[in-house]
Amino acid sequence: MRGWFLPLAVVFGFVFLYAPIVSLVVFSFNDSRLVTVWGGFSTRWYGELLRDRQIISAAWISLKVAFFSATLATIIGTLGAFVLTRFSKFTGRLILTAMITAPLVMPEVITGLSLLLLFVSMEQMVGWPAGRGMITVIIAHTTFCAAFVAVIAQSRLRSMDDSLEEAARDLGAGPVRVFFDVTLPVIAPALVAGWLLAFTLSLDDLVIASFVSGPGASTLPMVIFSKIRLGVSPDVNALATIIIGFVLVAVAIAGWLMRRAMRKEL
Amino acid sequence: MAQPATACETKPWRSEAAKPFISVRNIVKRFDDFTAVSNVDLDIYKGELFCLLGESGCGKSTLLRMLAGFEQPTSGTITIDGEDMARVPPDRRPTNMMFQSYALFPHMSVEKNVAYGLLREGLPKAEAYARVAEMLRMVKLEKLARRKPDQLSGGQRQRVALARALVKKPKLLLLDEPLGALDKKLREETQFELIKIQESLGVTFIVVTHDQDEAMTLATRIGVMKDGVIEQIGEPREIYEAPNSRFVADFIGSVNLFEGKVDAAAPDLMRIETEELGAVLLPPQSGLTFGQPVWGAVRPERFALSRSKPENTPNAWQGVVEEMGYIGHMSHYRIRLDTGVLIRASQSNRLRDEDPISWDEKVWISLQPSAFRVLTR
Repeated sequence: MRGWFLPLAVVFGFVFLYAPIVSLVVFSFNDSRLVTVWGGFSTRWYGELLRDRQIISAAWISLKVAFFSATLATIIGTLGAFVLTRFSKFTGRLILTAMITAPLVMPEVITGLSLLLLFVSMEQMVGWPAGRGMITVIIAHTTFCAAFVAVIAQSRLRSMDDSLEEAARDLGAGPVRVFFDVTLPVIAPALVAGWLLAFTLSLDDLVIASFVSGPGASTLPMVIFSKIRLGVSPDVNALATIIIGFVLVAVAIAGWLMRRAMRKEL
Repeated sequence: MAQPATACETKPWRSEAAKPFISVRNIVKRFDDFTAVSNVDLDIYKGELFCLLGESGCGKSTLLRMLAGFEQPTSGTITIDGEDMARVPPDRRPTNMMFQSYALFPHMSVEKNVAYGLLREGLPKAEAYARVAEMLRMVKLEKLARRKPDQLSGGQRQRVALARALVKKPKLLLLDEPLGALDKKLREETQFELIKIQESLGVTFIVVTHDQDEAMTLATRIGVMKDGVIEQIGEPREIYEAPNSRFVADFIGSVNLFEGKVDAAAPDLMRIETEELGAVLLPPQSGLTFGQPVWGAVRPERFALSRSKPENTPNAWQGVVEEMGYIGHMSHYRIRLDTGVLIRASQSNRLRDEDPISWDEKVWISLQPSAFRVLTR
């Protein structure tokens, strides 16, 4: 059965997934200003990138937004998941279930547009948030990232042995104590995974950020996108290569953490 | 009963005057339209090791969970040591539970698992850990105190769970299938260990199990449950020798059941006419009337087998050995009577060189009147 088909399929799959990335990485070391012509090896675009104030500040904004929205989304998503799995009967359960997963299937354009309208009308009615900037992007990203965290946390909570919480109650812990002593530590690996997912989703997002961001708060994807529209410049390749490296390291760490947590569980 | 005073001390349920330690009154638990427990009354005395025995879904676990406080009864009251348990949350009850899955906290070491309950009580750390060490010595786990639950074997986990539930010195310990996850050999050893621990601590135990051997070995008394109702409560011997219904007779051990009716109820003799055995002659019993439909239950080992017609009993029948199984200390027989009915009988093999009754032999089976237990339901 081993034959030639399976190895070929593997090669094909890898080429399909990684050829674009590899070419991007290779061309980031291209000396030529023309993106498609090889002009010899050079790291000049990395140097130029570091001198580009606009990109550096956008990257910094993106990281801040991703950090805060991932953290907020993890808190909100976990609480939502906890309510949905532990309180099986309450009025509005169905609506909450639908609402919490809606952002997963909602087109981003619509999410972005509706949040923009909300922010504008809130500003008119209560004066907050004043204008659009980093705060509004964080709120918007929290909204849709919380949905992803909730789904992950929910599946972990469901598979968790109920009697763990009962045992803690039985041994004399009140409900709040049980949550922090038992539930939270047990689902922690899922929450770390959820946080990382939320972080990368926020880092990735272009559409929603474009709607709700304001002057001076352009995220990295927004800056890259606007640069590309003016013509492909090689320093974007360099930037992309750095991001790829960053993501690879993050994914490796997350995977290692998750595997360690899983082994402990079993 | 040579020493009735002692019997009353160790078997308080035999005395009318004894005060129950736990009393369950008319408990009902309904889930939507399903009644898990219906109108259960139960008295349990201090220091008892009471077993709730029944098949899965009979309501035994629900009853246990109501005692622990995880389920609220639909109606009825639970009193533990004179204190009404209604609206007392599980963390305030004088009970602890050992869960079927053990429910050990995976992120805490053995030591921390066991200490958890004591620390919640507000015990100072040093004192709590001293008691933990003592308890771990008792269950022979002192060397594994720093391990995490995933680094333990099934038997070790079971002992951690027991230590964690016992360390708080609860008035009542609830055990949900405590030995269910262990293999057979370990289970048998652990049964006696459990009894020893229970006796040395004097804690009242309620054990839920579906394993009748386990219940018979462990229990001071057994409550046999079916469909949310306790069918019979009694000492293991009572449950086995004097079941009160066909269900209990059939559930505990193996039994031959015969259907019939009271044919004659004279002051000195009663005759029961069964379809399978014909007439069975018994000493008179109160509460039975002429023509009443009854069932007879006979344990396989209560039948006597012989090659010649026994003289000492009127209740004897002839049949042919259809199957025989030799299992060492006993032999099991299936005997086809002339009426066509198949009887299960067994005999213990006491003599080394006897010539055992074997296949296709024509034999007499007989029973003493006391072996025929008359059931009315």
